[in-house]
Amino acid sequence: MKDKKPSPRAPTLEPDQKKQLVNLQRRLLLRSGLTLGGVAMLTGCNLQDGDRVDKVLWAMSRWNDRVQAWLFNGQRLAQTYRPDQITHPFPFNAYYPEYNVPEVDLSGYQLEVSGKVAKTAPWTLEQLQRLPQQSQITRLICIEGWSAIGQWGGVPLRVFLQHVGADLNARYVGFKCADRYYSSIDMATALHPQTILALDFAGKALPAEYGYPLRLRVPTKLGFKNAKHIAAIFVSDTNPGGYWEDQGYNWFSGI
Amino acid sequence: MKAPMSRPVHRWPVRITHWVNLFAMTCMFMSGWEIYNASPLFDFRFPPAVTLGGWLGGAIGWHLALMWLLAFNGLCYLLWSLCSGHLRHDLLPLRLDALRRDIGLALTLRLQHRHGKYNAIQKLMYLGVVALGLLLVLSGLAIWKPVQLSWLVALFGGFDTARYVHFFAMAAVGLFVIIHLLMVIVVPRTLWAMLAGGKREG
Repeated sequence: MKDKKPSPRAPTLEPDQKKQLVNLQRRLLLRSGLTLGGVAMLTGCNLQDGDRVDKVLWAMSRWNDRVQAWLFNGQRLAQTYRPDQITHPFPFNAYYPEYNVPEVDLSGYQLEVSGKVAKTAPWTLEQLQRLPQQSQITRLICIEGWSAIGQWGGVPLRVFLQHVGADLNARYVGFKCADRYYSSIDMATALHPQTILALDFAGKALPAEYGYPLRLRVPTKLGFKNAKHIAAIFVSDTNPGGYWEDQGYNWFSGI
Repeated sequence: MKAPMSRPVHRWPVRITHWVNLFAMTCMFMSGWEIYNASPLFDFRFPPAVTLGGWLGGAIGWHLALMWLLAFNGLCYLLWSLCSGHLRHDLLPLRLDALRRDIGLALTLRLQHRHGKYNAIQKLMYLGVVALGLLLVLSGLAIWKPVQLSWLVALFGGFDTARYVHFFAMAAVGLFVIIHLLMVIVVPRTLWAMLAGGKREG
């Protein structure tokens, strides 16, 4: 250790000032200690209790919605993959265990259409199958972090919305599902060329665990936005929210 | 510019961004661990006591809210360091021979701490953690926006690799934090300097 040289510039402090300085330093140390303690106290804030911190987190999530909508490019395509890159087996994922997958009665199945559309007549599967179809091999990315590559085919949502005379300037497209799931996406994403109403998976009719008979497949959103067992589609200017979105998952969840 | 001796060890922009960084990083670490637990890359999970958010949605809410504070704070620090000469005078130059000498001194426990002047190992550590921070931001962006920023994902060699890069960069910053804290325990007056500025020694 070097000898301390008295610096000529250093002002000499009165005893009272020295005491004040020590007190100030002590207060600052205490405050920094509280930073970590404060984080420990924050661990209960989870977007679900409605306290003040939760309100800030919700506001930040809305801010992130806006940033993502700005960042979203309606023409940029998600990467597509070769058939040999498909994930086997493709993971099952839902808000319930696999044995609770709903059995949709095909004979009575109809896709209802409502909201800001010209034609609200319900659709049968056969009618949907007669619309132009598109198949793609894309990566589904789950909010949990895992991802899997699969092949989906069906009607581009843009084509369907044009057929029902939807107001393409409306803000949201919402989905209600046979398993009581619900979700919604922004119109820009609904019109994206890779956003499809999927009727089949791996070249065959959608299996029950992957959303029979109709699901949304949107490669520019996280997995939970890909609603399964769709029973109704509606177009709206009011944000319809979603099953997970209303609990705290970020609504836009674009990727 | 004022003579170096009259400056405090840490000027106020360094001190403020340091403590804001402590808060933001702690939240990012803890919420990130909760997100990791939802789909672990390795055969272990982080105990709930050290996680933030309570559930996956809460953790992501924290992570994506605090990332703005962390990035803004980091940007303030970088811009100030570039403009004030902090980077040029305090963190650079980092010379290989000086590094070799200081590592030798450190291994034989003869490396001294000079208040207000970084040795080569300190320069390496601080420049290294800034680089790791940038890597964390980039790999985080790749995981957050793999379609819109597909070029970034390609740079990391795919979505899954970007997740591993994000994890290992986190682990490396964590290692830095541990060493950093050990050094503060060894030389406690550095804590006072980071709080109140501190007085320079020759």
